[in-house]
Amino acid sequence: MSVLRKIIRTGRVAEPSLPVPSVDAAAGAAPAAPAAPGPLAGSVQLRHIDAGSCNGCELEIASAFGPVYDAERYGLRLVASPRHADALLVTGPVTRNMADPLRAVFDATPNPKRVVAVGDCAMNCGVFAGGHGVEGAVGDIVPVDVEVPGCPPTPEAIIAALRGLTGR
Amino acid sequence: MTAAGVVGVLVQVALVVGGAPLLVGLMRQVRAVLEGRAGAGIGQPWRDLRKLMKKEAIRPEGTSWVFTSGPLVLFASTLVIAAVAPFVSTASPLDGVADLFAVVSLLLLGTVALTLAGLDTGTAFGGMGASREVTIAALAEPTILLAGFALSARVGSSNLADIVAGTLATPAQVLSPATLLAAVAFAVVVIAEAGRLPVDNPATHLELTMIHEAMILEYAGRDLAVVELASAMRLAVLLGLSVNLFVPWGVATSSAPLALLGATAVFALKVGLLGAVLAAFEVFIAKWRLFRVPELLAGSFLFGLLAVSASFFLA
Amino acid sequence: MNPISVGLVVVAAAALVGAAAGALAPARTRPLVTGTATAVVGLGGVLVGVAALGGQTWSLTVAHLLPLAETTLAVDALSGAFLLLIGAVAIAAGVYGIGYTSPGGAHATDEDDAAPGHDGVGAHDDASGPATAAASRTAQAVLPLFAAAMLLVPAAASVSTLLVLWELMALTSLVLVLAEHRLRRSVRDAGLWYAGMTHAGLVAIMLGLVVLAAGAGGESFAAMRAGSAGLSPATASCVFVLIFLGFGSKAGMVPLHVWLPRAHPEAPSHVSALMSAAMVTLGLYGIIRVGFDLLGGGTRWWWLLVLAVGSVSALYGVLQASVAADLKRLLAYSTTENVGLMLMGVGAAGVFAAEGNRVLAGLLLAAAVLHAVNHAAFKALLFFGAGSVLRSTGLRDLDRLGGLASRMPVTTALFAVGALGAAGLPAGNGFVSEWLLLQGLIHSVTGAMAPSVVVAISMPLAVAVVALTAGLGVATFVKAFGVGFLARPRSAAATGATESPLSMRAGMGLAAAACTALALAPSIAGAPLSRLLSVLPSVRDGAPLAGSDVSLRLAGIAGSMSPLLIVVGLLVAGLGAAALVRRVTHGAPRRATPVWGGGSTRLSPRMEYTATSFAEPLIRVFDDVLRPEQDIDVTPFAESEFLIESISYRQRVPDRVEARLYPPLLAAARRWGQWSRGIANGSVHRYLAYGFIGLLVVLVIVGITS
Repeated sequence: MSVLRKIIRTGRVAEPSLPVPSVDAAAGAAPAAPAAPGPLAGSVQLRHIDAGSCNGCELEIASAFGPVYDAERYGLRLVASPRHADALLVTGPVTRNMADPLRAVFDATPNPKRVVAVGDCAMNCGVFAGGHGVEGAVGDIVPVDVEVPGCPPTPEAIIAALRGLTGR
Repeated sequence: MTAAGVVGVLVQVALVVGGAPLLVGLMRQVRAVLEGRAGAGIGQPWRDLRKLMKKEAIRPEGTSWVFTSGPLVLFASTLVIAAVAPFVSTASPLDGVADLFAVVSLLLLGTVALTLAGLDTGTAFGGMGASREVTIAALAEPTILLAGFALSARVGSSNLADIVAGTLATPAQVLSPATLLAAVAFAVVVIAEAGRLPVDNPATHLELTMIHEAMILEYAGRDLAVVELASAMRLAVLLGLSVNLFVPWGVATSSAPLALLGATAVFALKVGLLGAVLAAFEVFIAKWRLFRVPELLAGSFLFGLLAVSASFFLA
Repeated sequence: MNPISVGLVVVAAAALVGAAAGALAPARTRPLVTGTATAVVGLGGVLVGVAALGGQTWSLTVAHLLPLAETTLAVDALSGAFLLLIGAVAIAAGVYGIGYTSPGGAHATDEDDAAPGHDGVGAHDDASGPATAAASRTAQAVLPLFAAAMLLVPAAASVSTLLVLWELMALTSLVLVLAEHRLRRSVRDAGLWYAGMTHAGLVAIMLGLVVLAAGAGGESFAAMRAGSAGLSPATASCVFVLIFLGFGSKAGMVPLHVWLPRAHPEAPSHVSALMSAAMVTLGLYGIIRVGFDLLGGGTRWWWLLVLAVGSVSALYGVLQASVAADLKRLLAYSTTENVGLMLMGVGAAGVFAAEGNRVLAGLLLAAAVLHAVNHAAFKALLFFGAGSVLRSTGLRDLDRLGGLASRMPVTTALFAVGALGAAGLPAGNGFVSEWLLLQGLIHSVTGAMAPSVVVAISMPLAVAVVALTAGLGVATFVKAFGVGFLARPRSAAATGATESPLSMRAGMGLAAAACTALALAPSIAGAPLSRLLSVLPSVRDGAPLAGSDVSLRLAGIAGSMSPLLIVVGLLVAGLGAAALVRRVTHGAPRRATPVWGGGSTRLSPRMEYTATSFAEPLIRVFDDVLRPEQDIDVTPFAESEFLIESISYRQRVPDRVEARLYPPLLAAARRWGQWSRGIANGSVHRYLAYGFIGLLVVLVIVGITS
């Protein structure tokens, strides 16, 4: 059982968790960040939408939920259906073809919900601003609650912003 | 129908309802530790359920009472099994109706409720999940009933309390070929019915690989909370049945309060251990292709048939 | 005044009066008159059945009614059970038929072929003919006669009486099957198959009974019962096999079932219900009557044959039902499956009776008869539901139905009750009889007597067959109910569906009430079943089902179960959970929202799963048995063969038994017929020679044997 040997040899990979971020110390939390987590305290299910990104932010999100950063320990989990989700993780500038689907996802998610715009492209179209296929930033299509700047943002920044939602 | 008996039933129900999300949390935690992660803690499923109750419920257009009542029927059928099965005590007032085949049919009723709800959404995902779930349930039926046959043949009755009492009375029977073969067959069936690897991946995001998840993609809020709780209870009940039918030591044979307390602790320990073993097993395997699952179920059917033959020819 | 004779007089009188009135009444009142007459016929049957199961018996012998034979009628508890069953179905079918044959509805459409591919068009406006084909004068007038013939068959007590009544039943049912023959070609094919198979079955029954009567020295049942002990084993086995083939073909066992999935769908729905729920049980009655009663139990291998054929029928029937896309064809194959289960019960009972284990034999026979009763209740309800859908939408094709839960709520709810019973789930009536069957089979390897090797091998296989049948049955009825009634309508005809008239709902309600009563309080059948068993010498034993009103307890072996407690538990748990959820969420309302379809905003009902797609995994798993056929037609644009204009995909699952077994037989019969034309070549000299030689042969034989 080579897998078993590898498990025993590797042990714990997850880095120790950082202290709970306060609102102004959390790296990149926009001024419009929500105050107390409220009804979503302790458990937030996330649905990721790629509205037209280059996949750089996706790699960082995948890393954030991987063993090293282990975002699940803070009560976060990625889910498949927007009906199961509390918050939407949107990456990339919103292309013309993805504008209506993004609105559909937002409508399908039950309240109370939050929208997290991950990366510079989601916040203000980043390097793709003015492109012919770009409709606008995420904030132009659906109301955004939390923004995570960076191109791409580091996993620590993503996790710090999401921990502001769960309060853990 | 003594007061102690009623208390025993209530304790059992409370244990299953309260402990099922903890069992799921334990299994996720075991898996996390083996994968080198920190994990969310055993109490995370309860936090998820609490949060889900505060979210709004939705009514998708074109659905009917089947969609809204599906989670409740699934929950009710699993709760009835939790009430009658001899998990904590074999002296409960309901053990006259705790028939193995009735319990199996109640599990099937829960499956059917969720399947119809999945069809009622009118989405391709719902229909696909329903179709696959019903195929696997149909192919698992012969194995369950043959394993039940092997167990009942030993004691001359298909009443669950009698089977448990029979094993307690003659401990050496646990190691007989018939029981071991039936245990293997039952293990495969439990994996198939609970929707775990290698039959179904409960954590997948790819709809084309979903079976159980595909039927519940449309649920939100309180409906989703009931479905998640009922699925956790179903897993707990299946693991509880496999533990108590094959390794029943620790079950209270009376309704004395001290015996019930001890039996509760032992049952929780046994089911937790089995859940941890199952979670660890899942780390080492991948999900099988859907059309290989019938081969797996056919293999388990053969084990069941051998178990019954062994119970006659070798008994 | 014996209530049995009163009931039989009611049956005969209502049938004759109803037929005459139906033939003479104007079209406006004809449905009401004939429907009421059929219901009264059924009521008479129920009266006879209840009296017989309560312990009364009756017999009557009339000379000179039939040529060369006396007419003997006798009613005992065994006939009483089947009379009760058929009478109850006839009451419901009569009430239902009032609405079904009334004007209105979309089922009188001009469809070339009932197969999928043609949408329901709408109500057929024909000012000259009847509003619907099922409302033709003949079809309505014959209905009470059909019900009466079915009721009199179990009362027959001599060979000639039985054969005459059997043929009467076959002819009246044939007329009813052909009621819509002007509308669809497939009805004529169905009628032809049905006529051929039912008469082949009649020949087999006649041969068997005649050999038995000759060997036993008398044609009345009493004489045969007394004299059958004197038959040689070879003769008795020959009689049994012939009887089994004849009555089994009427019951619809594989491989003699091929008429069932053709005739039952093409008949009008209330006739389908009568045929599927009531007529096939007469095949079961014949096997029980001759095998257990007249032949006195028989040898073990007979009943192993019955068990084996029953297992094959159950599996094949449910497999074909699970992949059928035509709702009524699905129900017809489900009848084959349930008949297979009944035959398994009868066969296992016979095996144990031959071995001397009367407790298990009694239990299994009781389970088989109870399953016949349960099947009658839910199958009638299901066919009524299918008829309501057919009348309202003109569609039988599940791939085009859907969305009926909001448009036909009463039909949907009642069909759900029937589907629950047919799937054998708790809270349904099929669950009780399947549980009894399983208990009988699993107790074979326990108990005081050590089981024989034959039993030890066959009973586990039988349990496996029952289990797989039950699982596939669940899949079948989830498909029928889920695809046919839920979600959104898949065609324009389904979108325009409306609820059925009151009499149809009343008929369905009667059947649903019977299903519910049998599901919740099955112990009401305990005393009647033990009286039934006491009629049969080889299984006569104590009451197989003891128990109070709440739970069902088995006498002589350990086993108990309470369907009522299970249902009460489900209701308490479900309602309690609903109340708790409402309290925790403070009764917040639900938000109406479009269905989540992966982000696409152009979801159409065509994207829903259909019955064919639902069954696709099962077709794949069982493709060696089913051998599906696929046709794919690709139509490119005229300008370029690389641009596709349309693709047509069609999948069919043919009946493999019919496709492999019958063409060779029919071809052989045709060849023989063509050869024999050479004998009649038209020459008068040759015909005179035939007569002369025939006379010589007869004289020689008479000379030798006298």
